[in-house]
Order: sequence, then structure tokens, then C-alpha cells
Amino acid sequence: MLLNIDRIEAARRSDALQMKLLTMPSLLLIFFFLVLPLAWLSYLSLLDENGIPTFQHYARLIQQEAYFSIFRTTLEISVIVTLLCTLLSYPTAYLLAQLPRHWAGLLMLGVLVPFWTSLLVRTYAWLVLLQRRGLVNNILVSSGFLDGPISLVHNATGTVIGMVHVMIPYMVLPLYATMRTIDMNLIRASASLGAGPVRAFWTVYLPLSLPGLFAGIILIFVLCLGFYVTPAVLGGGKVVMLAMRIENSVTLYPSWGAASAIGVVLLVITGVILSAVSMLAKRHLRHL
Amino acid sequence: MSLYTSHRARLWLYILVAATLIFLIAPSVLVVPMSFNRSTLMVFPPKEFSLRWYANFFSSAVWIDAAIVSVKISFITALLATPIGTAAAYAMQSGKVGSRKVIEGILLLPMVVPLILIGIGIFFVYARLNLVNTIAGLVVADTLLAVPFVYISVTAGLKSYDMAQENAARSLGASRLMAFLTVTLPQIRLSILSGAFLAFSTAFDEVVVALFISGGKSATLTKVMFASLRDEVDPTIAAVSSMLLAVTIVPMLLLHLASMRQTKRGGD
Repeated sequence: MLLNIDRIEAARRSDALQMKLLTMPSLLLIFFFLVLPLAWLSYLSLLDENGIPTFQHYARLIQQEAYFSIFRTTLEISVIVTLLCTLLSYPTAYLLAQLPRHWAGLLMLGVLVPFWTSLLVRTYAWLVLLQRRGLVNNILVSSGFLDGPISLVHNATGTVIGMVHVMIPYMVLPLYATMRTIDMNLIRASASLGAGPVRAFWTVYLPLSLPGLFAGIILIFVLCLGFYVTPAVLGGGKVVMLAMRIENSVTLYPSWGAASAIGVVLLVITGVILSAVSMLAKRHLRHL
Repeated sequence: MSLYTSHRARLWLYILVAATLIFLIAPSVLVVPMSFNRSTLMVFPPKEFSLRWYANFFSSAVWIDAAIVSVKISFITALLATPIGTAAAYAMQSGKVGSRKVIEGILLLPMVVPLILIGIGIFFVYARLNLVNTIAGLVVADTLLAVPFVYISVTAGLKSYDMAQENAARSLGASRLMAFLTVTLPQIRLSILSGAFLAFSTAFDEVVVALFISGGKSATLTKVMFASLRDEVDPTIAAVSSMLLAVTIVPMLLLHLASMRQTKRGGD
């Protein structure tokens, strides 16, 4: 009898060991090619050219106007893009969530097709559409909105347009998922208690859709902070965000210290936002 | 709200949503006519049509080699990332691995850390291992990026599967591996397949990491496209873009329409 218990215990242990081993390939891959390099970079950010410990790379980030303006640009663009995405995504998800599923599925293609289209393909398309003699300028001029063509690309405008286009699906999808679960009887109930459409929206529907909205906003903001491709192409070198600065530091002038310092700051900001959100979400769930 | 507001009062909503959808879809649609443009200038709409940019693509060693590299690394990445990610998802779902939250967090790291940081980190390591500009290096990096997608996809499949079935098979004498292969695998094969598909497209679409670690003979399609976009736009990119659209959008479109038909038949 005792022997049997021992055997069961041994089998349980070998089972647990087997399962641990199955996670090893992923964990080792992530450790050696993600965690270790990032730890190494963080270490480099604390050394000067001669390998002596220093805070000079971080001090420079604060003192030099050039670095400060990169942080400001990144923050400004990320906030504007997140804001515009919210303004366009909320009504879209709202309308889709109220349509019969069949129609919603069809219109959802409008959100999914760009999502499935390679990022570089879309970037190329915007380059053509937004150029001086491009379709957008032509339409704006011939419809009388503009007297002459304006520069829409190779500047901040192009960057924002391209990034909003990339980010909208990341907001519409979680919003739509949340809104589909909202019980429309609650709206009917609020109407029967005397709330008009506007009041019912602000006091009942909007609060119920907040989890999806919040998820979308955080996702987009964090993605914007580290975004590289769109600003690099549509910004035409005039809009320098954190990721571009890191790339420049590494490829143009091999200064790992400076690149690593910016990298560490980006990593910390991303980490803080994401862990704050996950903690808030946990507390929120406990209250429910 | 829709219950009490007239269509007329909601007109602004319809217009705004229509404008948003047009904004979203226009770039994907306009690439196709652009690729048949005869002019070297990027004029839209094109005045004369030709196939010269397609001819250009197929006669250019740089473009063809890049396309071959991309297909090759994406294929190997899918072959590697699928079993690795599936193994992790299976182990985590078995509930026999301790500190679940922490391990799951680590497994999803490649999705959360900004790509630019993964790029310079890997570049820094590869420079010391002589892996820069190699196929092997690209495959390892793309596998790293693809594992979370496989993990998520397979975990979703396993959540709607009852692990007790496998225990039943084992109590009847099947080994764990046999039980997995004959009982579990057939039931979660769709999630594994979609994980493999995601892994393939992650590798195929990857730009930022490839900028650092691919070049010369191992330049990926995305690397060549990016260089062309940033430095001097080669109209061949329109032909490349249209072909990419054809191979990515058409299958996805068919899948989406098929799933829509299914939900409709399901009596929604």
C-alpha cells in the first residue's frame, strides 16, 4: 500500500518534470535572445567608452536639448495618434456592434483588410496618396478646400496619418468585442426610466464600454512609443522618434552607450505602463 | 439608443464611419492599379497601363533573391515555432507547471518588448556570434517573435478541449506521447494550423529586426522594400505590393467569408 503511494508520488513528480521540460525550448530561446541581450544593453548604458561605470549617457538625455526634443516628439505624436484613433474607432465599433452580425462581419472587412496588409505595402500606398501631386491633394484642391497642394508627407502630418491607419484596428477590435457583450436591455431600461438617448449613452453605454476603450488606448499608446517603420518613411527624417534615434545611434555612429540608455528608458516606460494597467485591471476585477 | 434615435439623427454617425472605413481600405485597394502604371512617376490614377514593373521584379536578381530568402526563413520559422510554442502551451495548460503567471509573462515578452529593442539586442549578440546576415540568424530571431503567437493560438484551442480525454487514453495503456498524438492533436489541429500560419506571416512581415540582422545575400523582401521606400522609391515596389496583397488577402478573405457563412447557418 505504502509502496503504491510512493509510486504514484513518483509518477506525479516525473509528470511535472516532463511538463517543465516542454516549456524549456521557448524559455531558453527567450532567455538567450531577448532577456540576456536586454540585460547586456542595460549594463552597457552604464559604461563610458573606456568601460568605466558612469551615468553620463543618462545625464545627456536630460541635459541635451536634442534628446529632450526626441522625447517630446515621441510623446506628442503618440498622444495625437491615440486621440485620433479613439475619435475614429469608437463610432465605428459602436455602429458595427449594433448591426446584425452578418452586416457587421462584412463591414469588419474594412478594418481587417488593412490589418492583413503588410505594413510596408500600406506605407508605400500612403507615400503615393499623400505626395504633392497625389490623389489626396488633388481632391482637396479640386473640391476647393485648398488653394494649392500642401505637403502631407515627409513630415509630422504624414507620420500621424500613417500611424493612425496602422493603429485603428488595434482599437476597433477590443472595443467591438466589449460592445457586443453590452446588454441592450439596460439601455431600454434607462430609457423607460426617462433617460434620453444622449443621457442613456453617457451614463449607461459608455461606462460599460470602458474596458474595451481602455485596452485599445493602452495598446495603441505603447505601440506608438516604440514605433519605427512609419515615422522613418513617412516622416522623411524630419520626425525623429525614440526608435529612430536608437537605430541611428547604432547604425550611423556606433555608440552603444547612448542607444542603450534611450532603449532602457523606452523599456522602463513601456514596462511601467503595462504593469500599472495589469495591476489596475486586477483591482478592478476584484471589486466586481 | 438605436432603438429610439432615427436614422436621420444618426446620419453624422453613418458618414463618420463610412469615411473611416474608406480611409482604412483605400491604401490596400489603390496599390493594385498603381502596379500597372506605365509611368516611372508615382501618378495616380495612372494614365497608361503596362506590366513593366512585374517584368522588372521577375528579372531582378535582388528582388527575386529577397523573395526566396523571405519564403525560406518564414517556412523554417513556422516549422520551428509551431512545435516549440505548442509544447509550451500544452505544458502550461496541463496545470503541472508552477508559478504560472510568471512563466506566461515571460512567454509573451517577445510580443510586449518594443521591436526596436529586440532588434538592437539581437544585433549586439549576433555581432559576437557571427550570425549577422545569415539565414540561421534570421530564423532564430523570427522564431523568437513567432512563439507567442503560436502559444496564444494553441492555448485558446486547448481551453475548449477536455484534457481528461488524454488521461482516459493513458489509463487504457497509451503512452503520454501516443495519447497526445492520437487523441489531443486531432482535436486541436485547427489552432495549431492557425498558429503555424501566424508564425509564417510574422516572419514574412518582419521589418525592424531584419533591418539590423539581414543584408547582402540574406536580405529579406521586407528589408529591400524598406530600403526602396526610405531612399529612392522604385516603382517595382507597387508590383511587389500587389502580389503580396494577392497572397495574403485572398486566403484571409475566403476564411473570413466562410466563417461568416458558418455563423449565419448557426442561426445567429
